Amino acid sequence: MHELAICQALLDEVERVARERQAERVAAVRVRCGALAGVEPELLHRAYEVARAGTLAADAELTIEESPVRVYCPRCGSETAARVQRLVCGACGEWRTEVVAGDELTLMSIELITAEGARPQGGI
Amino acid sequence: MCQDCGCSVTLPEHVPLVKPLLARNDAEARHNRAHFDAHGVLAVNLMSAPGSGKTLLLEATIRALGAELPCAVIEGDLETDNDAARIRRHGVPAIQITTGSACHLDAHMVHHALHELELDGLALLFVENVGNLVCPASFALGTHRDVVLVSVTEGDDKPAKYPVMFRHADLVLVSKADLLGVIDDFEVEKVVQGVRALGNPAPVLAISARSGRGMPAWLEWLRGQRVALADVAGERRATLARI
Repeated sequence: MHELAICQALLDEVERVARERQAERVAAVRVRCGALAGVEPELLHRAYEVARAGTLAADAELTIEESPVRVYCPRCGSETAARVQRLVCGACGEWRTEVVAGDELTLMSIELITAEGARPQGGI
Repeated sequence: MCQDCGCSVTLPEHVPLVKPLLARNDAEARHNRAHFDAHGVLAVNLMSAPGSGKTLLLEATIRALGAELPCAVIEGDLETDNDAARIRRHGVPAIQITTGSACHLDAHMVHHALHELELDGLALLFVENVGNLVCPASFALGTHRDVVLVSVTEGDDKPAKYPVMFRHADLVLVSKADLLGVIDDFEVEKVVQGVRALGNPAPVLAISARSGRGMPAWLEWLRGQRVALADVAGERRATLARI
Protein backbone atom coordinates (compact mmCIF):
# COMPACT_ATOMS: atom_id res chain seq x y z
CA MET A 1 0.00 0.00 0.00
CA HIS A 2 2.31 2.73 -1.28
CA GLU A 3 -0.66 4.85 -2.35
CA LEU A 4 -0.47 6.78 0.94
CA ALA A 5 3.16 7.73 0.25
CA ILE A 6 2.16 8.81 -3.24
CA CYS A 7 -0.74 10.87 -1.83
CA GLN A 8 1.62 12.63 0.54
CA ALA A 9 3.88 13.55 -2.40
CA LEU A 10 0.78 14.74 -4.29
CA LEU A 11 -0.46 16.89 -1.40
CA ASP A 12 3.01 18.35 -0.73
CA GLU A 13 3.12 19.58 -4.31
CA VAL A 14 -0.51 20.79 -4.31
CA GLU A 15 0.05 22.77 -1.11
CA ARG A 16 3.32 24.19 -2.39
CA VAL A 17 1.62 25.56 -5.51
CA ALA A 18 -1.40 26.79 -3.51
CA ARG A 19 0.83 28.70 -1.05
CA GLU A 20 2.96 30.12 -3.85
CA ARG A 21 -0.20 31.49 -5.44
CA GLN A 22 -1.57 32.70 -2.10
CA ALA A 23 -4.69 30.57 -2.37
CA GLU A 24 -7.04 30.17 0.58
CA ARG A 25 -7.75 26.59 -0.29
CA VAL A 26 -7.76 24.03 -3.05
CA ALA A 27 -11.10 23.17 -4.65
CA ALA A 28 -10.08 20.31 -6.93
CA VAL A 29 -7.11 18.15 -7.88
CA ARG A 30 -6.80 16.25 -11.17
CA VAL A 31 -4.38 13.37 -11.60
CA ARG A 32 -3.70 11.11 -14.58
CA CYS A 33 -2.87 7.54 -13.71
CA GLY A 34 -1.73 4.98 -16.26
CA ALA A 35 -2.70 1.34 -15.93
CA LEU A 36 1.05 0.54 -15.76
CA ALA A 37 1.88 3.17 -13.15
CA GLY A 38 1.63 0.64 -10.35
CA VAL A 39 -1.07 2.61 -8.57
CA GLU A 40 -4.63 1.46 -7.95
CA PRO A 41 -6.97 4.44 -8.51
CA GLU A 42 -9.45 3.11 -5.95
CA LEU A 43 -6.72 2.83 -3.29
CA LEU A 44 -5.38 6.25 -4.26
CA HIS A 45 -8.86 7.71 -3.67
CA ARG A 46 -9.08 6.09 -0.25
CA ALA A 47 -5.56 7.12 0.75
CA TYR A 48 -6.34 10.67 -0.40
CA GLU A 49 -9.37 10.83 1.92
CA VAL A 50 -7.01 10.19 4.84
CA ALA A 51 -4.02 12.22 3.68
CA ARG A 52 -5.86 15.43 2.74
CA ALA A 53 -7.15 16.08 6.30
CA GLY A 54 -5.67 19.25 7.74
CA THR A 55 -4.17 20.41 4.44
CA LEU A 56 -5.23 23.25 2.13
CA ALA A 57 -6.81 20.51 0.03
CA ALA A 58 -8.98 19.18 2.89
CA ASP A 59 -12.14 19.81 0.84
CA ALA A 60 -10.65 19.36 -2.61
CA GLU A 61 -12.20 16.74 -4.80
CA LEU A 62 -9.72 14.32 -6.42
CA THR A 63 -10.39 13.29 -9.99
CA ILE A 64 -8.31 10.45 -11.41
CA GLU A 65 -8.20 10.11 -15.18
CA GLU A 66 -7.21 6.58 -16.01
CA SER A 67 -4.95 6.28 -19.00
CA PRO A 68 -4.93 3.08 -21.06
CA VAL A 69 -1.73 1.41 -22.20
CA ARG A 70 -0.49 2.01 -25.75
CA VAL A 71 2.67 0.63 -27.32
CA TYR A 72 4.69 1.66 -30.36
CA CYS A 73 6.25 -1.03 -32.51
CA PRO A 74 9.58 -0.05 -34.11
CA ARG A 75 9.30 -3.04 -36.49
CA CYS A 76 5.99 -2.25 -38.21
CA GLY A 77 5.52 1.34 -37.05
CA SER A 78 2.05 0.75 -35.53
CA GLU A 79 0.80 2.21 -32.30
CA THR A 80 -1.70 -0.12 -30.70
CA ALA A 81 -3.60 -0.69 -27.45
CA ALA A 82 -2.10 -3.26 -25.08
CA ARG A 83 -2.92 -5.03 -21.84
CA VAL A 84 -0.67 -4.56 -18.81
CA GLN A 85 0.55 -8.17 -18.85
CA ARG A 86 0.98 -8.24 -22.62
CA LEU A 87 2.79 -5.26 -24.11
CA VAL A 88 3.33 -6.82 -27.54
CA CYS A 89 2.45 -5.08 -30.81
CA GLY A 90 -1.25 -5.52 -31.55
CA ALA A 91 -0.58 -5.37 -35.30
CA CYS A 92 2.38 -7.70 -35.90
CA GLY A 93 2.98 -9.44 -32.56
CA GLU A 94 6.53 -8.10 -32.09
CA TRP A 95 7.49 -8.07 -28.40
CA ARG A 96 10.21 -5.41 -28.60
CA THR A 97 7.82 -2.49 -28.18
CA GLU A 98 7.96 0.86 -26.45
CA VAL A 99 5.23 1.94 -24.05
CA VAL A 100 4.06 5.36 -25.25
CA ALA A 101 1.15 5.81 -22.82
CA GLY A 102 -0.20 4.16 -19.71
CA ASP A 103 2.81 4.29 -17.39
CA GLU A 104 2.38 7.90 -16.33
CA LEU A 105 1.45 9.20 -12.90
CA THR A 106 0.95 12.90 -13.41
CA LEU A 107 -0.46 15.82 -11.48
CA MET A 108 -2.44 17.44 -14.29
CA SER A 109 -4.04 20.51 -12.70
CA ILE A 110 -5.54 22.02 -9.59
CA GLU A 111 -8.35 24.51 -8.93
CA LEU A 112 -7.58 27.20 -6.37
CA ILE A 113 -9.85 29.44 -4.37
CA THR A 114 -8.08 32.74 -3.82
CA ALA A 115 -9.40 35.68 -1.84
CA GLU A 116 -10.12 38.75 -3.95
CA GLY A 117 -7.10 41.01 -4.09
CA ALA A 118 -4.69 38.31 -2.97
CA ARG A 119 -4.39 36.65 -6.36
CA PRO A 120 -1.01 37.40 -7.91
CA GLN A 121 -1.15 39.05 -11.31
CA GLY A 122 0.24 37.40 -14.40
CA GLY A 123 1.22 33.80 -15.03
CA ILE A 124 3.13 31.33 -12.89
CA MET B 1 -15.52 36.83 -7.66
CA CYS B 2 -18.21 36.25 -10.24
CA GLN B 3 -18.02 39.15 -12.71
CA ASP B 4 -21.45 38.66 -14.25
CA CYS B 5 -24.00 39.39 -11.56
CA GLY B 6 -22.10 40.70 -8.58
CA CYS B 7 -22.87 37.70 -6.38
CA SER B 8 -20.20 36.75 -3.86
CA VAL B 9 -19.30 33.41 -5.43
CA THR B 10 -15.54 33.08 -5.81
CA LEU B 11 -14.66 31.19 -8.97
CA PRO B 12 -11.81 28.74 -8.67
CA GLU B 13 -8.65 29.49 -10.58
CA HIS B 14 -7.57 26.64 -12.87
CA VAL B 15 -3.82 25.97 -12.61
CA PRO B 16 -2.42 23.53 -15.19
CA LEU B 17 0.66 21.70 -13.87
CA VAL B 18 1.32 18.44 -15.82
CA LYS B 19 4.09 17.31 -13.52
CA PRO B 20 5.14 13.80 -12.52
CA LEU B 21 3.60 13.06 -9.16
CA LEU B 22 6.83 11.63 -7.81
CA ALA B 23 8.96 14.50 -9.18
CA ARG B 24 10.61 15.10 -5.80
CA ASN B 25 11.58 11.45 -5.40
CA ASP B 26 12.88 11.44 -8.97
CA ALA B 27 15.02 14.51 -8.24
CA GLU B 28 16.50 12.84 -5.13
CA ALA B 29 17.12 9.71 -7.18
CA ARG B 30 19.11 11.79 -9.69
CA HIS B 31 21.07 13.23 -6.79
CA ASN B 32 21.90 9.71 -5.54
CA ARG B 33 22.92 8.72 -9.07
CA ALA B 34 25.31 11.67 -9.22
CA HIS B 35 26.92 10.41 -5.98
CA PHE B 36 27.37 6.92 -7.41
CA ASP B 37 28.76 8.26 -10.69
CA ALA B 38 31.19 10.62 -8.95
CA HIS B 39 32.67 7.63 -7.13
CA GLY B 40 32.57 5.24 -10.08
CA VAL B 41 30.29 2.89 -8.13
CA LEU B 42 27.82 0.63 -9.93
CA ALA B 43 24.60 0.66 -7.85
CA VAL B 44 22.21 -2.27 -8.17
CA ASN B 45 18.66 -2.34 -6.78
CA LEU B 46 17.72 -5.90 -5.78
CA MET B 47 13.99 -6.53 -5.60
CA SER B 48 11.82 -9.57 -4.98
CA ALA B 49 9.04 -10.96 -2.83
CA PRO B 50 10.02 -11.64 0.81
CA GLY B 51 12.06 -14.80 1.17
CA SER B 52 13.24 -15.14 -2.43
CA GLY B 53 16.85 -15.30 -1.29
CA LYS B 54 18.17 -11.78 -1.84
CA THR B 55 20.37 -11.76 1.25
CA LEU B 56 21.69 -15.28 0.66
CA LEU B 57 22.54 -14.31 -2.92
CA LEU B 58 24.40 -11.24 -1.64
CA GLU B 59 26.37 -13.34 0.83
CA ALA B 60 27.39 -15.76 -1.93
CA THR B 61 28.21 -12.85 -4.24
CA ILE B 62 30.40 -11.14 -1.65
CA ARG B 63 32.31 -14.38 -1.05
CA ALA B 64 32.76 -14.99 -4.78
CA LEU B 65 33.84 -11.44 -5.65
CA GLY B 66 36.30 -11.24 -2.80
CA ALA B 67 38.81 -8.48 -3.37
CA GLU B 68 38.04 -8.25 -7.11
CA LEU B 69 35.13 -5.82 -6.73
CA PRO B 70 34.87 -4.20 -3.27
CA CYS B 71 31.21 -3.74 -2.40
CA ALA B 72 28.81 -2.42 0.21
CA VAL B 73 25.16 -3.08 0.90
CA ILE B 74 22.18 -0.95 1.88
CA GLU B 75 19.52 -3.15 3.45
CA GLY B 76 15.84 -2.23 3.50
CA ASP B 77 13.47 -3.97 5.90
CA LEU B 78 10.37 -3.01 7.84
CA GLU B 79 12.03 -4.11 11.08
CA THR B 80 15.28 -5.62 12.45
CA ASP B 81 18.87 -5.27 11.28
CA ASN B 82 19.26 -9.02 10.84
CA ASP B 83 20.13 -8.73 7.16
CA ALA B 84 22.77 -6.02 7.66
CA ALA B 85 24.32 -8.15 10.43
CA ARG B 86 24.48 -11.13 8.04
CA ILE B 87 26.29 -9.00 5.45
CA ARG B 88 28.72 -7.45 7.97
CA ARG B 89 29.86 -10.93 9.01
CA HIS B 90 31.51 -11.11 5.58
CA GLY B 91 33.55 -7.99 6.32
CA VAL B 92 31.48 -5.78 4.03
CA PRO B 93 29.96 -2.46 5.15
CA ALA B 94 26.18 -2.66 5.45
CA ILE B 95 23.72 0.10 6.34
CA GLN B 96 20.31 -0.99 7.55
CA ILE B 97 17.28 1.14 6.73
CA THR B 98 14.27 0.16 8.82
CA THR B 99 11.20 1.59 7.15
CA GLY B 100 8.73 0.93 9.98
CA SER B 101 5.52 0.38 8.10
CA ALA B 102 6.67 1.60 4.69
CA CYS B 103 6.55 -1.15 2.11
CA HIS B 104 9.36 0.18 -0.12
CA LEU B 105 12.57 2.18 -0.10
CA ASP B 106 12.51 5.63 -1.65
CA ALA B 107 15.29 7.87 -2.90
CA HIS B 108 15.25 9.97 0.28
CA MET B 109 15.88 6.97 2.55
CA VAL B 110 18.74 5.81 0.32
CA HIS B 111 20.21 9.31 0.35
CA HIS B 112 20.19 9.25 4.16
CA ALA B 113 21.91 5.88 4.19
CA LEU B 114 24.56 7.20 1.79
CA HIS B 115 25.57 9.76 4.41
CA GLU B 116 26.68 6.87 6.61
CA LEU B 117 28.54 5.06 3.86
CA GLU B 118 32.02 5.70 2.48
CA LEU B 119 31.77 5.22 -1.29
CA ASP B 120 35.46 5.82 -1.97
CA GLY B 121 37.19 2.62 -2.97
CA LEU B 122 33.95 0.76 -3.70
CA ALA B 123 33.16 -0.83 -7.05
CA LEU B 124 29.64 -2.01 -6.29
CA LEU B 125 26.75 -0.98 -4.10
CA PHE B 126 23.82 -3.33 -3.66
CA VAL B 127 20.55 -1.92 -2.40
CA GLU B 128 18.41 -4.75 -1.08
CA ASN B 129 14.90 -3.35 -1.26
CA VAL B 130 12.05 -4.29 1.06
CA GLY B 131 10.70 -7.71 0.09
CA ASN B 132 7.70 -6.76 -2.03
CA LEU B 133 6.97 -7.09 -5.75
CA VAL B 134 4.52 -4.16 -5.88
CA CYS B 135 5.49 -0.95 -4.11
CA PRO B 136 9.28 -0.74 -4.76
CA ALA B 137 8.52 -0.64 -8.51
CA SER B 138 7.09 2.87 -8.22
CA PHE B 139 10.06 4.56 -6.51
CA ALA B 140 13.29 5.30 -8.36
CA LEU B 141 16.34 5.17 -6.06
CA GLY B 142 19.01 6.41 -8.45
CA THR B 143 20.56 2.97 -8.81
CA HIS B 144 21.93 2.07 -12.26
CA ARG B 145 20.35 -1.35 -12.61
CA ASP B 146 17.24 -3.16 -11.36
CA VAL B 147 17.63 -6.87 -10.65
CA VAL B 148 14.45 -8.80 -9.83
CA LEU B 149 14.50 -12.25 -8.25
CA VAL B 150 11.75 -14.83 -8.49
CA SER B 151 12.34 -18.04 -6.58
CA VAL B 152 11.34 -21.43 -7.90
CA THR B 153 8.84 -21.92 -5.07
CA GLU B 154 6.90 -18.78 -6.04
CA GLY B 155 5.70 -19.96 -9.45
CA ASP B 156 6.69 -19.13 -13.01
CA ASP B 157 3.81 -16.73 -13.70
CA LYS B 158 5.20 -13.92 -11.52
CA PRO B 159 6.08 -11.57 -14.44
CA ALA B 160 2.44 -11.57 -15.64
CA LYS B 161 1.20 -11.02 -12.09
CA TYR B 162 3.62 -8.16 -11.34
CA PRO B 163 4.10 -6.44 -14.71
CA VAL B 164 5.11 -3.06 -13.30
CA MET B 165 8.03 -4.66 -11.46
CA PHE B 166 9.22 -7.07 -14.17
CA ARG B 167 8.82 -4.59 -17.03
CA HIS B 168 11.75 -2.51 -15.78
CA ALA B 169 14.07 -5.33 -14.68
CA ASP B 170 17.51 -5.22 -16.28
CA LEU B 171 18.11 -8.79 -15.15
CA VAL B 172 15.75 -11.46 -13.83
CA LEU B 173 17.22 -14.11 -11.57
CA VAL B 174 15.31 -17.36 -11.02
CA SER B 175 16.60 -18.08 -7.52
CA LYS B 176 16.69 -21.36 -5.55
CA ALA B 177 17.33 -23.12 -8.87
CA ASP B 178 18.66 -26.12 -6.92
CA LEU B 179 14.95 -26.86 -6.27
CA LEU B 180 14.08 -27.06 -9.99
CA GLY B 181 14.45 -30.84 -9.82
CA VAL B 182 11.97 -31.05 -6.92
CA ILE B 183 9.38 -28.49 -8.00
CA ASP B 184 8.36 -29.95 -11.33
CA ASP B 185 5.76 -27.38 -12.35
CA PHE B 186 8.18 -24.43 -12.59
CA GLU B 187 9.52 -23.74 -16.08
CA VAL B 188 12.26 -21.17 -16.47
CA GLU B 189 11.14 -20.72 -20.09
CA LYS B 190 7.71 -19.52 -18.83
CA VAL B 191 9.48 -16.75 -16.88
CA VAL B 192 11.36 -15.79 -20.06
CA GLN B 193 8.09 -15.68 -22.02
CA GLY B 194 6.43 -13.60 -19.29
CA VAL B 195 9.27 -11.08 -19.32
CA ARG B 196 9.26 -10.87 -23.15
CA ALA B 197 5.46 -10.33 -23.14
CA LEU B 198 6.23 -7.14 -21.19
CA GLY B 199 8.48 -5.96 -24.02
CA ASN B 200 11.52 -6.53 -21.82
CA PRO B 201 14.70 -7.99 -23.40
CA ALA B 202 16.39 -8.56 -19.98
CA PRO B 203 18.35 -11.79 -19.60
CA VAL B 204 16.83 -14.43 -17.31
CA LEU B 205 19.32 -16.53 -15.33
CA ALA B 206 18.60 -19.57 -13.17
CA ILE B 207 20.75 -19.30 -10.07
CA SER B 208 21.32 -21.02 -6.75
CA ALA B 209 23.34 -19.32 -4.05
CA ARG B 210 23.40 -22.65 -2.23
CA SER B 211 24.67 -24.95 -5.00
CA GLY B 212 26.54 -22.28 -6.96
CA ARG B 213 24.57 -22.93 -10.15
CA GLY B 214 24.42 -19.80 -12.31
CA MET B 215 26.78 -17.86 -10.05
CA PRO B 216 29.49 -17.44 -12.75
CA ALA B 217 26.91 -15.99 -15.18
CA TRP B 218 25.63 -13.56 -12.50
CA LEU B 219 29.16 -12.40 -11.66
CA GLU B 220 29.92 -12.02 -15.36
CA TRP B 221 26.78 -9.89 -15.77
CA LEU B 222 27.92 -7.67 -12.88
CA ARG B 223 31.39 -7.24 -14.41
CA GLY B 224 29.78 -6.44 -17.77
CA GLN B 225 27.60 -3.70 -16.22
CA ARG B 226 30.69 -2.21 -14.57
CA VAL B 227 32.40 -2.03 -17.94
CA ALA B 228 29.29 -0.54 -19.59
CA LEU B 229 29.12 2.11 -16.86
CA ALA B 230 32.81 2.97 -17.24
CA ASP B 231 32.29 3.29 -21.02
CA VAL B 232 29.41 5.71 -20.53
CA ALA B 233 31.49 7.76 -18.06
CA GLY B 234 34.44 7.73 -20.49
CA GLU B 235 32.25 8.95 -23.37
CA ARG B 236 30.87 11.72 -21.20
CA ARG B 237 34.37 12.85 -20.26
CA ALA B 238 35.47 12.70 -23.92
CA THR B 239 32.44 14.75 -24.98
CA LEU B 240 33.13 17.34 -22.30
CA ALA B 241 36.78 17.50 -23.38
CA ARG B 242 35.70 18.22 -26.96
CA ILE B 243 33.43 21.10 -26.00
